[in-house]
Amino acid sequence: MTATTNRPTTTPLGDAATGVVDGTATTPRPRKPILAASGGPAKRPSAAAHLTDADVEQLGKELDALRDRVIATRGAADAAYIRRVIRIQRTLEVAGRATLLFSKKKTAFVAGTAMLSVAKILENMEIGHNVLHGQWDWMRDPDIHSTTWEWDFVTPAAAWKHTHNDLHHTWTNVLGKDKDVGYSILRMDEDQPWHPGNLGNPLYNMILAPFFEWGIAIYDLELEAVKDGEKSKDDLKKDLKAMGRKVVRQFTKDYAATPLAAVPFGSGKQALIGTFTANAIRNVWAHSVIFCGHFPDGVDTFTEEEIEGETRGDWYIRQMLGSANISGSKLMHIMTGNLSHQIEHHCFPDLPSNRYHEVAVEVREICQRYGLPYTTGPLPKQVYQAWAKVFRLALPNRPRPLPKNAAHAVNAPVPPRRSALPMVARVG
Amino acid sequence: MTQIRALRRVASLLTTPLAPEDIINLVNPLASARQLRGVVTKVVRETPDSTTIHFRPGRGWNPHAAGQWARIGVEIDGVRQWRSYSLSAAVGHDPAITVTAIGFVSTALARSTKVGDILFLDTPQGDFVLPEHPRPLFMLTAGSGLTPVMSMIRTLVPRRPDADVVLVHSARTRDDALFHDELLELADQFPGLTVRHWFTREEGSRRLDLSDVTDLETLCPDWRERAAYACGPTDFLDAATDLWLRDGDDATHTNLTIERFAPVLLEGSGGEGGLLTFEKSDKEVEAGGDVPLLEAGEDCGVVMPSGCRMGICRSCLVPLVAGKVRDLRTGEVHGDEGELIQTCVNAAAGPVHLDI
Repeated sequence: MTATTNRPTTTPLGDAATGVVDGTATTPRPRKPILAASGGPAKRPSAAAHLTDADVEQLGKELDALRDRVIATRGAADAAYIRRVIRIQRTLEVAGRATLLFSKKKTAFVAGTAMLSVAKILENMEIGHNVLHGQWDWMRDPDIHSTTWEWDFVTPAAAWKHTHNDLHHTWTNVLGKDKDVGYSILRMDEDQPWHPGNLGNPLYNMILAPFFEWGIAIYDLELEAVKDGEKSKDDLKKDLKAMGRKVVRQFTKDYAATPLAAVPFGSGKQALIGTFTANAIRNVWAHSVIFCGHFPDGVDTFTEEEIEGETRGDWYIRQMLGSANISGSKLMHIMTGNLSHQIEHHCFPDLPSNRYHEVAVEVREICQRYGLPYTTGPLPKQVYQAWAKVFRLALPNRPRPLPKNAAHAVNAPVPPRRSALPMVARVG
Repeated sequence: MTQIRALRRVASLLTTPLAPEDIINLVNPLASARQLRGVVTKVVRETPDSTTIHFRPGRGWNPHAAGQWARIGVEIDGVRQWRSYSLSAAVGHDPAITVTAIGFVSTALARSTKVGDILFLDTPQGDFVLPEHPRPLFMLTAGSGLTPVMSMIRTLVPRRPDADVVLVHSARTRDDALFHDELLELADQFPGLTVRHWFTREEGSRRLDLSDVTDLETLCPDWRERAAYACGPTDFLDAATDLWLRDGDDATHTNLTIERFAPVLLEGSGGEGGLLTFEKSDKEVEAGGDVPLLEAGEDCGVVMPSGCRMGICRSCLVPLVAGKVRDLRTGEVHGDEGELIQTCVNAAAGPVHLDI
C-alpha cells in the first residue's frame, strides 16, 4: 500500500540533536538592548524627565495599540498602493532612459533626465527604503519583499539593511552607537568632541551631497568597526566584493549601456551626462531629506546611560525625540519616501509608508498629551537648520543662550493638563 | 532558447538591479523572475459550492501528470495565501483546479475568481498518478476527492480503448456531485468506464459502509483484481485503508493508493511551547512558550540570522514550514505555511517546523 500526501508529514530526524531550552536559559551572549519589562532608565532624556515610569508605560501601550490598529487594517488598498507606485516608477524609468536616447535635443535631454531623476528618487525612497524595511513583507509577495529586493544604489541592499535597520534603527541617536550621527565624517552633535578636522564640516557635506550614495556605500562597510576589531577583515573583504559587483552593474547600466544605446542616435555623450545628472539629483535630494530626519534643531541625542534600562515606552520616546518630520503636500511626502514622517517611521519602521500620514495625527496628539516635543517644519527650514548645524559644529562649542528644544518644537508650550488620565503636563 | 537567454543577459544590463521580467511585467502580468504565474482563462460553476478555474500558466510551468496537484497562491485582502489543489484537467490541456468553498482561501477562490485574474503557481507535484502499465482500475472517491481522479479518467478513458475503470463516487446529493453529467456521458460513450454514484443524503440513502466488504462487493465485485485509488476526507480514507489492510492478507490486492488533502496540522496553541524542528540544520529542541525561536535555535547550535533582537529590523526572518508561533509582543498566535517569521519576537505555540 502506498500513501501519498500533499505535504511531507514526517521529517527525517537523522542524528538530530535534542536538547531542552527553557525561559531561564542563561547562556550569556553579546546582546543588543533587550527592553526592560518595567521601570526605566536611571536618567531619562531631559525632554522626557517629567514623565514617571507609569506614564512611560502607558505611552508605550498607546503606541503599541496604534501599531496594532494599523496592522489589523492593512489590506488590498495598501497592496494596490505600493504596486501603483512601483508601476509608475518603472514606467518613468523606462520612459526616461528611452528619452535620453534622443538627448541630442535639449528638450529630450531635460525631459529624460527629469523623468529618470524622479524615477530614481521614487525607487530609492518610497520603494527601496521602505521595502527593505519589510514594510510590505506582510503581502508575502516575493517580488516586493525585504529578503529579495535589490535597489538602484551602489550599496548592496544586504549591507544597508544591516547598518540601517539593525544598527541605526536600534541605536537611534545614541552617541557612539548610532554612526548615522554624522556618518563618522561630520561632527553633528555638540557632545561629539571637536577636533581641527571638523573645520572641514561644510566642505565634506557639500561633497557628500551629490555623491551621497557613495557615502552610504562606504559607511555600510563599517570601516570603524574593522579598525576596532568588531568586524573581521574577512567580512570586510566579502562586503567589498559584493559592493564591487554592485558598482560594476550600476556603472554598466548608467554610464555604459544607456549611453551606448544612445550612440546610434548621436546622443551618447548627452545620455551619459543625463544619467550622471539624474544620479546626482537623486543623491542631493536623498541627502537633504535624510539630513532633515535627525539633524534639525529640536532633535535630541542620547547617551548610553540614558538608554540603560529602557522600556518599550522609553524606546518610543527616544525615537520621537531623536527624529524630525518635514511638513508638506502629499506629493512631497511620496517624494521623500514618507521619511517626512520620520518620527512615525522611527516608532514603527515596518508599517507601510502610505499609512504614516494617518499615524502622524495620533502620534502628534500623544506627544502633546504627554508633553513631549514633536519636531516638524517645511523642507527649506529643516534643510537650513541641518546645514546651520553643519557650519556651527565645524567650530568648537560655544555657550548657547537658550535650550533650542523648547523654541522649535511645535508642541511647546504644552497646554495645561485636562484629562483625568495619569499624565503630566510639561514642566517649565 | 540560447538566443533568448543572451538577449535577456543584454537586457538585464539596462534593467539592473531589476530583471528584464520586472519591466516586461508592466505589460505582461505573467512575467516575473521570481514567481511562476498563471492567468485565469475560464471559470465554470460546477455545483452550488464548487468552481472549476482554468488557467494558462506562464513560462516555467511543467505539464502535469494525471492526478497531480499544484500549490496555488491567491491574493486575499492584499496577502498572498497558498493552498494545494489537485489538477482536474486531462493531461495535455491547460491546467484547471476545481475548488469547493470550504475554508477561507478556497471560499475566496471558488466565489471571487474572475477571468483575467492572476494566480501564483508552483509546478505540479505528487505521486497519486496512473500506474505505468495498463491494468484494471478501481477508483473510490468522496466529495472533492474526485478532482485528481477526474484528471485520470479524462486522460485515460477517451484515449485508451483498453481502459477499464470503475469509479465509485460518494457525494451528499446529486446536486453536490462534481462532474456528474460529464461522468455519465463518458460512461455512455466509452465502454471502458463504469460510474457508480453513491448519494449519502438522498432519500433512503446512507453512507458508504467501508467497515466490511459488502458495499464494495455490490458496487464492484472484482475490486480485488483492480489497482485501487482512493481520495476523499480523512475518515473516509482511514476506513478505506483499514479495509484494504484487513482484507489484504494474501498480498495480491494490497495496491491501494491514497491521496489526502488534509494539510499538516500540528496540535497545540497554548502558552506551553513545543518541539522545535530546524529542518535544514537537522536539529530538534523542546522550547518553552516564552523563548524566542531565535534563542532556542542559537542555543542548540543552529546558525540563525539575527539583527536587532527586538522585532524591528527583520534580519531574523525564517520561513515557517508547519506549526503555529506566538508573537511575544501581542500574544497573537499565527503561522501559515511559508510565512516568514520574525524569530526574535516569536515563540513556539505547539510543535513548529522551521526551514533553516
